[in-house]
Amino acid sequence: MFNDLYQTLKEFLRTFGAMQIFFMRLLSNSPSIFVKRFGLVVQQIYNAGALSLVIIMVCGLFVGGVLGLQGYSNLSKFNAEDSVGTFAAFSLIKELGPVITALLFAGRAGTALASEIGLMKATDQLSAMEMMAINPLRRVLVPRFLGGVIAMPLLVAVFTVIGLFGAHVVGVSLLGVDAGAFWQQMQSTLEFGDVMEGIVKSVVFGVVASLYAVWEGYNAVPTAEGVGRATTRTVVLTAIAVLILDFMITAVSI
Amino acid sequence: MASNAENVIEVRDLDYSRGPRQIFKGLNIDIRRGDVTAIMGPSGTGKTTLLGLITRQLVPDGGHILIGGIDIGKLNHKELYRLRRRFGMLFQNGALLTDFSVFENVAFPLREHTKLPNRLIRHIVLTKLHAVGLRGAADMMPAQLSGGMARRVALARAMVMDPEILIYDEPFVGLDPISMGVIVRLVRKMNDALGITSILVSHDVQEIATVADCSYLISDGKVAASGSPVELQKTQSKLVQQFMHGMADGPVAFHFEAPDYEEQLLGRDVE
Amino acid sequence: MQQTRSVELGTGLFVLLGLAALFFLTTQTTGSDTFSGNDTFKVSARFDNVGSLKNRAPVAMSGVTIGRVTSVRFDPEQLNAEVVFEIDSKYAQIPDDSDASILTAGLLGSQYIGLQAGGSEFYLEEGSEIMFTQSAIVIENLISKYLFSQGGESDDKESE
Repeated sequence: MFNDLYQTLKEFLRTFGAMQIFFMRLLSNSPSIFVKRFGLVVQQIYNAGALSLVIIMVCGLFVGGVLGLQGYSNLSKFNAEDSVGTFAAFSLIKELGPVITALLFAGRAGTALASEIGLMKATDQLSAMEMMAINPLRRVLVPRFLGGVIAMPLLVAVFTVIGLFGAHVVGVSLLGVDAGAFWQQMQSTLEFGDVMEGIVKSVVFGVVASLYAVWEGYNAVPTAEGVGRATTRTVVLTAIAVLILDFMITAVSI
Repeated sequence: MASNAENVIEVRDLDYSRGPRQIFKGLNIDIRRGDVTAIMGPSGTGKTTLLGLITRQLVPDGGHILIGGIDIGKLNHKELYRLRRRFGMLFQNGALLTDFSVFENVAFPLREHTKLPNRLIRHIVLTKLHAVGLRGAADMMPAQLSGGMARRVALARAMVMDPEILIYDEPFVGLDPISMGVIVRLVRKMNDALGITSILVSHDVQEIATVADCSYLISDGKVAASGSPVELQKTQSKLVQQFMHGMADGPVAFHFEAPDYEEQLLGRDVE
Repeated sequence: MQQTRSVELGTGLFVLLGLAALFFLTTQTTGSDTFSGNDTFKVSARFDNVGSLKNRAPVAMSGVTIGRVTSVRFDPEQLNAEVVFEIDSKYAQIPDDSDASILTAGLLGSQYIGLQAGGSEFYLEEGSEIMFTQSAIVIENLISKYLFSQGGESDDKESE
């Protein structure tokens, strides 16, 4: 019983350590790849970012719309429906924008990354590169990692702005809140630090989501089943890590 | 350590185990320059593992591997990559990059390692594709190729950097007789025309007999027999005979280790 | 080559869109910082109660932001709160008998300082203190006052 626990703990620590080393290797190779092989990074920004744009925009619109509805129906009990903009902006910029985008990113881009890398491993493509004296870490993993890290904050920003637009449509156009009050209240309450909190979160989540996807793909058991399991783990681990980190960042910034 | 100049690769007292299973115990192999050397053995003897060790994708527990007299265990990352440029390797299923066309696959090492102008790259790639008879397939994607074609493309890619040593991992598995004949002829042709040293891992006895200059039969972590295919055929060892003639039973037992048949059927072991 | 071109185009559009969104978030959702604060003069005022007035709260005159609060502290000698705020030097001609009150933006909004112009011929300058102030309205006091007077009225009605 204690031995089991000890083994599990040891295995956990070992994996965690291995991941840190992997992360350091990604980081140390990132600057040179970014400069010398920018074309590869562009391709990955496209895969992780541009291809996730539609799902991000649709979700952002409806999340914003819901915030408009909820905010209006609750705030109107206090005759404060003018604050619906503030309510939506606070929720979107500080919490929902970064968190929901990170979860969607894990589901859309993270799984694609993990399965792509896992399949490349299963079909010996990574070993083949290794044998052609091409380092797969630099050629395959680092561009994908960087693509995710760059794409995430941009996706979060798009999600948040579209969400505000959705809240505006519902609050102002449908429910009749004054447009001036909607924006003016938001602007007078929100501080630059609030926006920074959201941006910090989006960067951290981008690093974490990309790291997990690349790590899981690279360490997948090279079989069809192993690749499938790696994609599932990518989503689950990213979701857990994002929510825990969200709590920690929020706690620190208050 | 005595190193013979005729040998491109020398494996000395190699030990390797995976988990609790010891795969190699004191393995010794010499691969002569300019020969086609076949490494044979029943499935699961670690033939592919040996290739991994020779190219140092795996690290041995003990022993040395010398390539051109250099102990690859002493190389750092950079030197290892420089050494690997002297190798070309053909993986079991080709391992073509699925995102790239046939042309780009063959061009890939050139684009990564050299700054050659596009026209020259085109020239080299088409020459290599022509050598494997697939110049016409240059614009196809790997998914559109048959198994034999994929392997030929992979061969063209393995040759594109003009390696000294070409390694084939199970090149005949799952091919129809015609494709197999094509690959056999290509292996021989590349070896002789370009002065390459070839290493071939396989268990297709017939094909190896036609193509190999020298073969090693590995069993139980050691070399069980070595010599030209003709010599192997004549060896008296039961294991060699079983392998070369494909007999079902022999030193490699037909039955996996199990409790006594009668006793198990009669249920006497359930006590 | 055609394919890489469309990838580059898509990426370019995506990055541009993302940057535009980031720009919008950092500039349009927070307090419109038309007040740059590079050329200012400091003025102080004392209040019995500052409510929830915070640093960086706006200072407004006729509803236009002309400055920001830079410090709010309790003065243990005079037993009241001293608020220091900076005003853009563009507005150097504010009469020194103007009065400052702490107001609330909207019902639940944040608090700010509103200046009401006086009639003096002398102007506020660096280091001057505003003498006429009106404290923040504490909503609890207001409610209790309202409730008691309401109670009194209904009592009156019943007794009639």
